[in-house]
This record gives sequence, structure tokens and C-alpha cells, in this order.
Amino acid sequence: MITLSHFIVLGAVLFCIALASLFINRKNVIVLLMSIELMLLAVNINFVAFSRFLGDVAGQVFVFFILTVAAAETAIGLAILVLLMRNRSTINVAEIDSMKG
Amino acid sequence: MPTFNDILILLPEFYLVAAACLLLLLDAFMKPEQRPLLHWLSIAVLLVGIYLVVVGQPSQTVTAFNGMFIRDGVSEILKVFALLSTVLVFFYAKPYLQDRKLFVGEFYTLTIFAVIGIMLLVSAGNLIMVYLGLELLTLSSYALVALNRDSRLSSEAAIKYFVLGALASGMLLYGMSMVYGATGTLDLARLHMAATQTGMPHLLVFGLIFMIVGIGFKLGAAPFHMWIPDVYQGSPTAVTIFIGSAPKLAAFGMAYRLLASGLGDLSQHWQIMLACLAVLSLAIGNLVAIVQSNLKRLLAYSTISHMGYLLVGLVNAGPEGYASSLFYAISYAITSAAAFGVILALARAGFECEEIDDLKGLNQRSPWAAFLMMLVMFSLAGVPPLFGFFGKLLVFQAAIHAGFLWLAIVGAVFAIIGLYYYLRVVKVMYFDKPVEGTEVYLQKDVSVRLVLSLNVLALLVLGFVWGPLFGWCQSVFIG
Repeated sequence: MITLSHFIVLGAVLFCIALASLFINRKNVIVLLMSIELMLLAVNINFVAFSRFLGDVAGQVFVFFILTVAAAETAIGLAILVLLMRNRSTINVAEIDSMKG
Repeated sequence: MPTFNDILILLPEFYLVAAACLLLLLDAFMKPEQRPLLHWLSIAVLLVGIYLVVVGQPSQTVTAFNGMFIRDGVSEILKVFALLSTVLVFFYAKPYLQDRKLFVGEFYTLTIFAVIGIMLLVSAGNLIMVYLGLELLTLSSYALVALNRDSRLSSEAAIKYFVLGALASGMLLYGMSMVYGATGTLDLARLHMAATQTGMPHLLVFGLIFMIVGIGFKLGAAPFHMWIPDVYQGSPTAVTIFIGSAPKLAAFGMAYRLLASGLGDLSQHWQIMLACLAVLSLAIGNLVAIVQSNLKRLLAYSTISHMGYLLVGLVNAGPEGYASSLFYAISYAITSAAAFGVILALARAGFECEEIDDLKGLNQRSPWAAFLMMLVMFSLAGVPPLFGFFGKLLVFQAAIHAGFLWLAIVGAVFAIIGLYYYLRVVKVMYFDKPVEGTEVYLQKDVSVRLVLSLNVLALLVLGFVWGPLFGWCQSVFIG
């Protein structure tokens, strides 16, 4: 029997994977975009699971909004990425370090 | 079903969306040399927005679209000052943008859309609206930071801002999902009632922690401040001035809606968390600012410390604390606009005026600019009788009344440490010799000079007559 806590644990695991990959990854900015997406999807799992088990539809409505905004966010992220690639000829996270202090 | 009345309540927002779309269209059909018209039109649009907000001010709290949108005293005062500081931004930005071939319609439309995001955020009555308003603000800001498409620093700042901002949104959403799970509602008013009788108090506090992380990121409070210095330094100064002023009011509005309206009954939990954030921000902001040589970066660390003072007021968790924090946010937005305004007015084509050394001997070259900058620095440092002093006094008072005497003492100690780096700027301007072979002068543009002088003198005047403004701040939290 799958209960609410299974979903919450799944959400938490996905969220932690996303967080870890954000901080461990030193290679590629695209991986950062992917982990941000994963983070939002983990949140969506939480919302849908709570919504289902509480019998309240508002959580699922929120998921639609999150999905839409995530698409817009990724579009802007990719646009900035193209800009970065054009200006610096690299998207290596470790090399994006002109500002310090 | 939405009624006509709902639309009437949202009139300022609907009007601004329509106006921003029209400006975008107008820009597409405009010749480049006609663009100054767009500048004045944008300012007029915002001024009419202020008028609509003030005129439509309801005598009591009203809600629209089934409680999604709240229009009350708090949202009105935040909207008025967010719009006002954006007007200042438009005035100061024009010559800077023209000198750098960045004088494009996108700047105006994106900024107006960001302001609409602020207005929706501070009026949010539902977690969905908090999220959507916040995203409208931040997505526009990401694009604004990357406005200078050929700058290496600008694109680096944009990607850092984007990644950390998206991380913050993710944290905030995760917290919201936990709070939703514990209470079963997304509506902030119902959340307030459900929070006391939830069967899962641990889940609620767990969600609260994530929401505070998200709020800390958006405020730029330490230890979630990493993006602030890079974004301030890397983006064009015309964008830095926007990011440094109006969004701080939005961050206060968001913290108020989520923590006070939504989870006010958990205040014994979030008070101590905010106190920790406040102490860390005060320490990191004030100490790291001492070693900065870049003026924009120095102001970025100064922002972090100011967010610490703002949090000191919020720790009170009562009407007095909210009023003093709101007053602080307003005073900071106006002062910060003036600080970057002076930098913008001194910059010209090929000269950014970003380094503190660029200000050497400014008093001999442009005494008026040096005088304005000195007043701004004194106000930021909190020297009486300037505006910034009373903000600090009121937040410390609120903290002491809530039993956080130690927090007020820490704040006062760091305010004295902070005095050092503000005074260093004043010392460089008044007592150092100008560097030979360089030139620094105020922009010739009359509107910039006039508005900047008025802005800075307002800091002085409001320092003497701060009573009415604080009275307004207090009145919105009573009843």
C-alpha cells in the first residue's frame, strides 16, 4: 500500500539530489538548469500528493502554475546561458569567477 | 466568478500591465532618436500609477478574486513607495543608458513589469499569488541584469543571479508545499487559522524553515547573501539602482504576508530564526564592506547589513515591529536610490565611477556632488539628524520592547563599525588629492541634477519631519 509518506520521502529525495547536484557540479551550467528543474518537480510531487490525500484541489492548481513559471524560467536561463557562451566562450562553472571579494 | 468590483480593486495593476504592453508596442514602431519620448512616457505611466493607487485607496481591507488579492494599508504604502523609487530610477538611468548605447525600450518595459510583480507580491492573499508575484519580479530582474549583452561581467552576474534566485524559489516552494500539507490550505487568512489547530505541527515548522530560507535569499540576508555583491557589481549601474531600491520593499512585503499574515502564530519559532539571520547579516555586511575598494560592491555589503537592521525590527513580531521595519525599508529604498543616483550622475561614457578612488578629491571638482554623496553616506550610516538615523532608532526600540535587548546592542555595535567605511568615502572625497589627468563632474542633464538634489535633500528634511511618515506606517498595522 502506497501512503502519503512514500510520496513525501520521494519528494525529499529528489529535492536533495537536486540540491546536491547544484552544489557539487563544477563543470557545466546546463546541469545547474537541470537540477533547478528537478527541484521544482520534487515540489510538484509534494503538492500533488498532499492535494490527493487532503482531498483539496488547490495544490494541483498550484502545480500547473509552477510548471508554467518553470518553463518561463528555463527560457530566461537558457537565454542568459547563450549570452554567457558568446561573451566568455565557456559555460564551465569553475571558470565563471571574474568577481570575487 | 470575478465581478466588475474585483477588476476595480485591481485597477492600478491592470492599468500598468496595459501601459507596459503599449510602451513595448510603441517602442517597436519608434525611431531611435524618438526614444526620449518613451522615457518621459514611462515616468508619466508610473506617476499615474501612484495616482491610481492613492485615489483608489479603500477605507478598510478589501479582497478580490476569492481572497487571492488583498488591498489594505500595508500594500498601499508599499506600492506608493515602490512606484516612487522606480520613478527616481528612470530619472537617474537615462543619461547612463544613453552614454552606453543601452537606451532601449526593454529597460523601461522590463522595469515596469518588475514593479507590477512587486505590486502583486505585496498584495498577495494566497501562496500562489506570492509565488507568481515574486517570479514576475525576479524573472524581469534576471533579464535586466543581462541588459548589457556584450559585457562579460554582466552575463556572469546574470547567471549567478539566475541560479541562486531559482534555488531560492525552489526552497520557498518546498516550504510552501510542507505548509500546505500541514494545514490543507493555500489561502493566507485561512492558513492563519489552520496553523494553530494542525495535527502536524512539526511539518508546519519544517515548512516554515524552508520559507525563511527563501525569504532570506530574496532579502539578501546572510548567510543567503552570496548573490548580492556579484549582482550589484556586475550589472549596469542603471539596473543596480533598481535592484537596490524597490525590490527591498517587495521583500519586506513578502516577509510580512508570509510570516505575519500567514504564520503569525508560529512567531516564537521564526522570531529566533530571524534574529540569527539579522546578527549574521549585520556582522558579514559591516565587516566585509570595510575591505572593499569597489563602490558598488561596498554598497552591496551595506545592503546586506541594512537587511539585518530590517530583520531586527521584524523580530518584534508585533504592530510596532512591522511598522518600524516598514519605515526602515522605505528609508533604505529612498537612500539607496540616492546613493546609486550619485554614482550614475558622476558616470559618463567610458567612465563608470565604480571605484572609491574615482571619488578622490571630489570636493575640489564638484562640491555639490561631494555634498550630496556625503549626506547619503551619513544617512546610510545612521548619523542624526538624517533619515537613516530614525529608521535604526525605531527598529532598535522595537527589538528592545520585544525583549531582544541583546539584539539591539549587537545592532548598535555594528552600526558603529559600519560608520568606518561610510566615513572612508567621505574622507576620500574631502581630504584626498584628486588624481592628475582625470576628470569627474556631474551630468549636465538638468532633470537628473534637479531630481537627485531633491532626493538627497528629502533625506535631510525627512530626518527632521519623520513623524508623519512613521505615523502612516503605524496606522496601517492597527485594526
